[in-house]
Amino acid sequence: MSDHELRVSKIRNGTVIDHVAAGQALNVLAILGIDGSAGEGVSIGMNVPSDRLGRKDIVKVEDRELSQSEVEVLSLIAPEASINIIRDYDVVEKSRVDRPESVVGLLSCPNRNCITNDDEPIASKFTVVDDGVRCTYCENIVRDDIADHLDVQT
Amino acid sequence: MRQDHLISAANLSREGIEAVLDRAAAIDADPAAYRQRHAGAVLALCFFEPSTRTKMSFDTAMKRLGGTTVDMGTVESSSVKKGETLADTVRVVEGYADAIVLRHPSEGAAKMASEFVDVPLVNAGDGAGQHPSQTLLDLYTIRERAGLDDLSVGIMGDLKYGRTVHSLAHALTNFDVRQHFISPESLRLPRNVRFDLHESGAQVREHTELDAVLPELDVLYVTRIQRERFPDENEYRAIAGEYRIDEETLAAARDDLSVMHPLPRVDEIAPEVDETEYATYFQQAHNGIPVRMALLDGLLTRAKGGKR
Ligand SMILES: [Zn+2]
Repeated sequence: MSDHELRVSKIRNGTVIDHVAAGQALNVLAILGIDGSAGEGVSIGMNVPSDRLGRKDIVKVEDRELSQSEVEVLSLIAPEASINIIRDYDVVEKSRVDRPESVVGLLSCPNRNCITNDDEPIASKFTVVDDGVRCTYCENIVRDDIADHLDVQT
Repeated sequence: MRQDHLISAANLSREGIEAVLDRAAAIDADPAAYRQRHAGAVLALCFFEPSTRTKMSFDTAMKRLGGTTVDMGTVESSSVKKGETLADTVRVVEGYADAIVLRHPSEGAAKMASEFVDVPLVNAGDGAGQHPSQTLLDLYTIRERAGLDDLSVGIMGDLKYGRTVHSLAHALTNFDVRQHFISPESLRLPRNVRFDLHESGAQVREHTELDAVLPELDVLYVTRIQRERFPDENEYRAIAGEYRIDEETLAAARDDLSVMHPLPRVDEIAPEVDETEYATYFQQAHNGIPVRMALLDGLLTRAKGGKR
């Protein structure tokens, strides 16, 4: 671990999300529905030097392990991210995020006139395209602003 | 077994389009041969927003195939007003009819509805989304006039909200067509349609003025710019005036240019154009009947096969 990374202290149990694109750390927290109000420890490193990305963000969340669907949505805004699950200061699981082919029920469609925003018995469904996601119903594409359209996860 | 539906022009293949157009041509040539073809079949007309013309067109097409129609009536008088979901409505209607035609104000409505029914469902317009049966009759008209390959097609007006435009643009990518989009900056094609055109490798150019491209066009497809898209009446007038066609505008056009319009028009095409050789829009509207007959014939025939 380099000197730079030591700026963000080690955690005992939880998740370290590394190699987040610089500037996306707060969106990562938004995706995970973390604002510190539940008393969990959250540390963020922003614009940390990185061999792979030039600059990167790091997010460490104590006492919380990410679910598969959380990781999938995370991949949409942080495609290069690696997820480290920490137990008792050790990395017990290390994985890169994979962009899913589709995301069901996790994003709401920003098109106010989309049928998924009416009161119908369906989940939202997006297919993942090159640089964003696309609503399966109204066919609109969401790009940079994906984080703005997340259904809050708790 | 799930039936096939007509939801988006993006799902149409060249073969699929040509099959419908060929069938429409056969119907046009000998309508009597199709008069009893679907005797006893019932088509449900579910129009959640008014569209007298499209509804009449489907109604007529079904009756000319020997079938009958049931009409949901206006939204005001139906259970929709009482808060029933679209999903419930189509599941109930499915029990009454062999096929459903749906017009709905929300984008993606037809796609969603099709997931709840086993009878074929035709999208007759969903918000600013798609209107694929209109596209089939547009293509039929273009093919009659000019063929469908090695063409320059100009599409002008409200390209942002115009669902007929979105469907047509998608469908034209199946053919060797240069597409020119002419609109004010604020009403240019939406991002998702531009994305699809780009992905398909279509030859596409965007313009803010008609002059530059008019002389090379085989077809000019005009759509209405709606007043309600502009907060300011003056701004609307200035823009609408710039995208209006009259005999003077058309002086620079090729002699065999076809001017098309999905109708109804307001004043984007001057009445004086009606009497010229350019005017193709009334023929285009008439083509709605054989094309919708061909479409329904295809869907109902395949549905019967599927149930056997
Ligand atoms: Zn949508």
